[in-house]
Amino acid sequence: MSSTEFRKDLFADERDDTLKEIGKPTIRQDILGHVTGRTKYFDDHLFDGLLHMRAVRSPHHHARIRRIDTEAAARMPGVRRVVTAKDVPVNLNTLLSLINFGRDDEPLCAHDKVRFLGETVAWIIADTEREARDAVAQVRVDYEPLPHVLDVEEALKPDAPVVNEVYPNNTFDYHGKYDHQKLRFGDVNAAFARADHVIEAEYQMSPIEQAPIETCGAIAAPEQNGRFVCHTNTQALFFSLGTTAKLLDTPSSRLHFIGGTAGGGFGGKVDSIVEPTAVLGAMLTGRPVKFAWDRYEEMQVGAPRGGERWRIKDGVMRDGTIIAREFTGFFDSGAYMRLSPYAIIKGTGHLPGPYSIPNVASNVYCVVANRTPATAMRGFGITAVDFSIECHMDRVAEAVGMNPIELRILNAYRDGDMKAHRRKAKNTALIECCQVAAGKAGWSISADAMAQSSLRGGGLGERGAIPETATDEEGRIGERRAGRTRDTAPSRQPTGRVPAGHAGQAVTAAPVQNPDMEIEIERIGHRIAAQQGAAPAPRAPQPPAGQPTPPRAAPPAAAPQSSYAPPPSPQATAPTYQQPPAPTPPPAPTPPTPPAASEPYKPEQPFSRGVNRPGTSRFLSGTRRR
Amino acid sequence: MARTPLTFTLNDAETGVFVVPGSNLLDVLRRGAGDLTPKQGCAQGTCGSCTVLIDGVPHLSCLTLAETVEGRRIDTTGGLAGGPDLHPLQQAVMEGFAAQCGFCTAGMLMAAKALLDRTPNPTRDEVIEAISGNLCRCTGYEPIVDAILTASARMQGRTA
Repeated sequence: MSSTEFRKDLFADERDDTLKEIGKPTIRQDILGHVTGRTKYFDDHLFDGLLHMRAVRSPHHHARIRRIDTEAAARMPGVRRVVTAKDVPVNLNTLLSLINFGRDDEPLCAHDKVRFLGETVAWIIADTEREARDAVAQVRVDYEPLPHVLDVEEALKPDAPVVNEVYPNNTFDYHGKYDHQKLRFGDVNAAFARADHVIEAEYQMSPIEQAPIETCGAIAAPEQNGRFVCHTNTQALFFSLGTTAKLLDTPSSRLHFIGGTAGGGFGGKVDSIVEPTAVLGAMLTGRPVKFAWDRYEEMQVGAPRGGERWRIKDGVMRDGTIIAREFTGFFDSGAYMRLSPYAIIKGTGHLPGPYSIPNVASNVYCVVANRTPATAMRGFGITAVDFSIECHMDRVAEAVGMNPIELRILNAYRDGDMKAHRRKAKNTALIECCQVAAGKAGWSISADAMAQSSLRGGGLGERGAIPETATDEEGRIGERRAGRTRDTAPSRQPTGRVPAGHAGQAVTAAPVQNPDMEIEIERIGHRIAAQQGAAPAPRAPQPPAGQPTPPRAAPPAAAPQSSYAPPPSPQATAPTYQQPPAPTPPPAPTPPTPPAASEPYKPEQPFSRGVNRPGTSRFLSGTRRR
Repeated sequence: MARTPLTFTLNDAETGVFVVPGSNLLDVLRRGAGDLTPKQGCAQGTCGSCTVLIDGVPHLSCLTLAETVEGRRIDTTGGLAGGPDLHPLQQAVMEGFAAQCGFCTAGMLMAAKALLDRTPNPTRDEVIEAISGNLCRCTGYEPIVDAILTASARMQGRTA
């Protein structure tokens, strides 16, 4: 293993990376509490007069709610309050609206229809959990079952039921333009035509429940000062705080959120559902209220890692060199978007995996279906496609009759190689990982493969350049629903070309939902490219006087110069693109305007962004500074 | 709702609480007696994080009717340490990184204590059998099994 070089230089100035900790036991800083049972979880905070809140849940995948009759439930012993959708001040949200991503698409409590099995339609607050459960069983809901769709590809068909009216095409709308996230790099179709082998396969990963031992839950209680305290096991305390403030239409300064040790999370505790529910209960009753999922709810309603289906098509030469790779991905987002559209963008940036492939194309669909909404779990967005890619590498090795580890080393990316998302790879280490894995597994690889290094041979010639790229306009929003397009794979008939060395279509951020979310350009480290026109060079932050300027990475090789113009008139016979019928598309993004220089401090306005502003000391707390 | 008095010994202390008939022991220990060390993970007897010892035998407190423990002795993780000194099991779990989130630990320790009280020198298979009713989602079971064997060895004056 002497030829192997570990890539420690990345953190060389940050820590002593001698790896001397491996194999030695480490004492966790919080373990004394764990072994003595003194660690406080959310449910270990005792309140006198605690009320228990339980949800009434949909037994249907998809149904219209005609009527909810809570009279019998309200008369049950111990019941303090029946809560329905009309008690939620702002009953529509999307988790990432706090970072200005996506459209509000999810109610905290369903009111017009239910979109997945187990969706909340009402809550009961009672003195004991048992009384709450008994009363839940007495709520009568008159449902009109609707046709449902559970498969991601079925949901894309023109006659598929519309699951969520906010996304009437059953897909997330990417960049206001396409019903999928595109990635185009080079020309896969030309490469497939000259490849010796074309290898196609489909991979599927089912949804996976995080299943922490402690289920999601929160306890909220009124404090003496008009605020509400909320003990929660959330993994995303400030998301939960912001989401609660939005749904309950209350200043976040009235909410006192206390997180702490979560009894396992794995991504399943970021969805900020139990916190607004518990705080709502406390607001409506004026009493401490606990809202926690039981094990059934954790499994059925708790958002899992979404299921994913991937089709991969590789063009491979006889010597094992992969010259083209095409992906068609379907992400099972469930009935609401939550984090899935973001996971797809993240996953697309990762394609085609840790390999240097000169031609890559990908279409990934974020699909809405009548299933439990998906959320975060350990590397979500990457895990399933990586599983698919590595399975496919073994398939390719078999097809060309090659040692699978040598095949990986042959195609591995190296420092300086251009990745499909148009950033050069750095600190790559796949070759070294393969060499160590082969050694550990006693799997012999050739001396040539052992001699390779991530540090050598990368970025040479075409490996380091952005190729001429074939583009297409297929899959515009609404086309699929109208029956004008059926194919989901990347286009076989490209209609445009982006010259080599250019980054392609400039993408601007989605319009903001709230003026407060407008990006304040002086607060980020660089300028945003104007909607059209050249992107200005990144503005270097001014280092404090007297300090040496830290070394900076070179700016991206080719600054986008808006070189791409859509083909003048694709084809005379091409169907014209129509805007989706509903909802009305958001207005065109306006160039962000810097805020007024001196905005008066308004104490009556709740802060919503705890970041200090330029010109103020960074050591001042950001609270109440907007 | 009518409540009935219930007395039992909790970690060497005589304890009396009033319980709603039909309450489960876990709720009574946590909210009645104020011992928060047993945890509720599933409330249906599958995860083991509520394990307590009733007269030395491990029980799932979430499935035990509180009134059945009248006059009996209950041990929880809250009473495992002898004063300031940790029990060898606690020490071994701590040193062996046998807990991450800690939610299963209290139940795991009770199942292990019952084993070591009964079988001071268990085999690895016996340890696995003893904690087979306790789920862990973070650590994996190897460090937990190792920690129990280490504790057993230390209690017998051996080195593991």
